[in-house]
Amino acid sequence: MIEVDQLTKRYGPHTAVEDVTFRCEPGSVTGFLGPNGAGKSTTMRMICGMTPPTSGGATVGGRPYRHLPNPGREIGVLLDASAQHAGRTGRETLTLAARTMGVGRERVAAVLDQVGLNDTAARRRVGAYSLGMRQRLGLALALLGDPRVLILDEPANGLDPEGIFWMRGLLREFADRGGTVLLSSHLLREVEAVADRLVVIGGGRVVAQGGKDELLAGAGTLVRARDAHALRLTLDRAALPATAGTDGGFVVRAEPGEVGQAAADAGLVLTELRPAGSGGLEQLFLTLTAGASTKEAVR
Amino acid sequence: MTTTAVPTAPPRHEPAVAGPSLARLTAVELRKLADTRAGRWLLITIGLIAAVIVAVQLFVLDAPDQTFTAFFTPSLLPVGLLLPVLGILSITGEWSQRSALTTFALVPRRERVIVAKLAAVVLAALASVVVSLAVAAAGTLAAAATGGAGTWTFDWQLLPHAAVFQVANVLMGAGFGLLLLNTPLAIVAYLLLPTVWSLLSAMISALREPARWLDTSLTMEPLLGAEVTGGQWGRLGVSLAVWMLLPLAAGLVRTMRREVS
Repeated sequence: MIEVDQLTKRYGPHTAVEDVTFRCEPGSVTGFLGPNGAGKSTTMRMICGMTPPTSGGATVGGRPYRHLPNPGREIGVLLDASAQHAGRTGRETLTLAARTMGVGRERVAAVLDQVGLNDTAARRRVGAYSLGMRQRLGLALALLGDPRVLILDEPANGLDPEGIFWMRGLLREFADRGGTVLLSSHLLREVEAVADRLVVIGGGRVVAQGGKDELLAGAGTLVRARDAHALRLTLDRAALPATAGTDGGFVVRAEPGEVGQAAADAGLVLTELRPAGSGGLEQLFLTLTAGASTKEAVR
Repeated sequence: MTTTAVPTAPPRHEPAVAGPSLARLTAVELRKLADTRAGRWLLITIGLIAAVIVAVQLFVLDAPDQTFTAFFTPSLLPVGLLLPVLGILSITGEWSQRSALTTFALVPRRERVIVAKLAAVVLAALASVVVSLAVAAAGTLAAAATGGAGTWTFDWQLLPHAAVFQVANVLMGAGFGLLLLNTPLAIVAYLLLPTVWSLLSAMISALREPARWLDTSLTMEPLLGAEVTGGQWGRLGVSLAVWMLLPLAAGLVRTMRREVS
């Protein structure tokens, strides 16, 4: 279990993370979503004791990370796959960690196998690894101590579609066995396929959190008509709040029935009418974080 | 956390796993000194340079002067120049290669990692004295075989002095590394220091007296001989307090507080 309580980090006048509070329960995957620079990595580094928070705190399994005697055996951490000594081989990197946390050599072989790094790859120096291979090595490192909790920052970065699919399966299985997973991403689609809960962060603040289904359900209706302009007028006349998508469709904050009725009354031909699902959440994600990422861009 | 609250959790974990002992961490840090190409070559170079110096002595020394001590003492100097680099790299490598992120994720009590690193480089410095003894022995045998004196005269006081000399060298390097946390900066600062001292004390006569207490190239020189007077120990202590203990202490504080990213 991970508990984050009112974490705040300020760098001079700039607030990177402000009053972030959430929990990750055993048996669940929590997706930590936000655009680049939203404060995801800073929050995760604070959870892992790498960055001292300005105020607030976080515990993993009921204890602050820095008080854990042998964290590798309880929590698997992947904060940055590129942060490895380029001169060591993959196997050596794992061997050092295995010795530090006191697990046997057979675990090194087991996790190498689990993440799909073969013997040749394990003997190569990390400097020669692709980003995808580094992510796999980072995951192997996180899994090495057979932990109950995984904290992964952008683990899908650099993985190919097959790799992303594989990782989802791995995380799902980990959670189904009772593990706790917190993984961050700036891509909603990457996370929604595996997460049970979502925490959306923008500009250092949590802008939405809850069960994935709950957040998706609240996302409204997606509607598309042959005549997009007439649809817009109809929706406006029916006082249904609608946001135009990029592809001619509208996300309406109303039930599909209501939207269909309004269209039928106006005699419009609809080409699509369905609960917005992830499309709606993406819209929400964009609007909720748009201000924040603009701020980030001009800073 | 109680696992009973989660019926799906298999009982595969014994609670509270003991943390790694300092001995284990030191063994890991020793391994880190040698498990990269750069690290291995640095260690090999240190050994080679000691051997080269002994070989040179075989040619330049007059036959009667080719004794064990005459081979041992000169080999300490070049090794003592490279050991600080080893000390610096062992600390700064974690930051420049960013592996500190993994190291401190596994051992969040950073002071334990630092102590283990210092222990590892001290062991390496002591090992270097053994290497110096070995090459000096080889040199003595070679001298005896080639018509040199080849006598085994050795003042045993030299041994602890050599150990102090090399340990001080490696820890000064580690202190600079810990304080500056940047490889090129630490190496340049460390190498420039004695030069700056001798330049300044040559130009400014008022600095000549403090230099006797603070210039480590002067205060450490007596360690290369068998006799070290009380006054010399005192000056050595003062210079090491300033150039070794102070950077180590300040660097430890900096490392404890520094954000790892």
